Amino acid sequence: MEALDIISYFLLLGLLLVSVKVVTTSNVIHAAISLVFTLAITAATFLLLSAEFVALVIVLVYIGAVIVLFLFGIMITRAPLGQNAELDNDKNKSLALVVSLSIFVIFSYVMFNTFDSQIIVTTGTSTELLGEILLSRFVFPFEVVSFVLLAALIGGITLARQDNALVDENQI
Amino acid sequence: MSAQPFLIAAAGLFSIGIYGILVRRNVVMVLLSIELILNAVNINFVVFNAMLGDALLQGQIFTIFIITIAAAEVGIGLAIVLMLFRNRKTANIDEFDLLKW
Repeated sequence: MEALDIISYFLLLGLLLVSVKVVTTSNVIHAAISLVFTLAITAATFLLLSAEFVALVIVLVYIGAVIVLFLFGIMITRAPLGQNAELDNDKNKSLALVVSLSIFVIFSYVMFNTFDSQIIVTTGTSTELLGEILLSRFVFPFEVVSFVLLAALIGGITLARQDNALVDENQI
Repeated sequence: MSAQPFLIAAAGLFSIGIYGILVRRNVVMVLLSIELILNAVNINFVVFNAMLGDALLQGQIFTIFIITIAAAEVGIGLAIVLMLFRNRKTANIDEFDLLKW
């Protein structure tokens, strides 16, 4: 168990370092790439906790699809690529630091006191059981969430579609 | 393994996301910070699932649902950002002050 402890410390330290880079870098592309690393380390953490299906879903959905969407968003809104000092709102910085640090202190105080002696016992693979449960007991939420995804897809297309009548009106 | 470092790291990830939401000006960067927060919640769910040894794996199932909803949220959010950019020619969140008198 000691080796697993050391691996988990390294992973969690790397997770925090890379995620700090997401919110502090002044380059939009670097922020998106740092989010990729954050998610990859999260997937590794999930593997450590014997949740390998969730780790694979993270890699497929987040790293495969969501990051590509973000890069499209960055390109389409023509955010200035490269170094950009205008990316941060400097007058909010000290206030944001106070708020986030106090949230961190409160949360970690609670976690430190409440889960002092809790031990995680990993149980090997869980994918087979997860599939059975997801398609038997949780099949109704599963269908509902797929419907939500369909609605979001149609809504996204409707919102982002160029309205030709409106464009013509503006051009005249 | 002890559960504590995982939970404290998730709390750190959450507060880093809060910092990003408050300090970023570009709307796409704010959405990136929201992803960090959702990720912290996912880590908490999986850690609690492993800690409690739940026979129904409800933590992992909730994590999958959260990932699905997050994907939908990013799609809709970026569509809204696209519309805002078309109408206002900027993606800076402090310039969308139509409701401020």
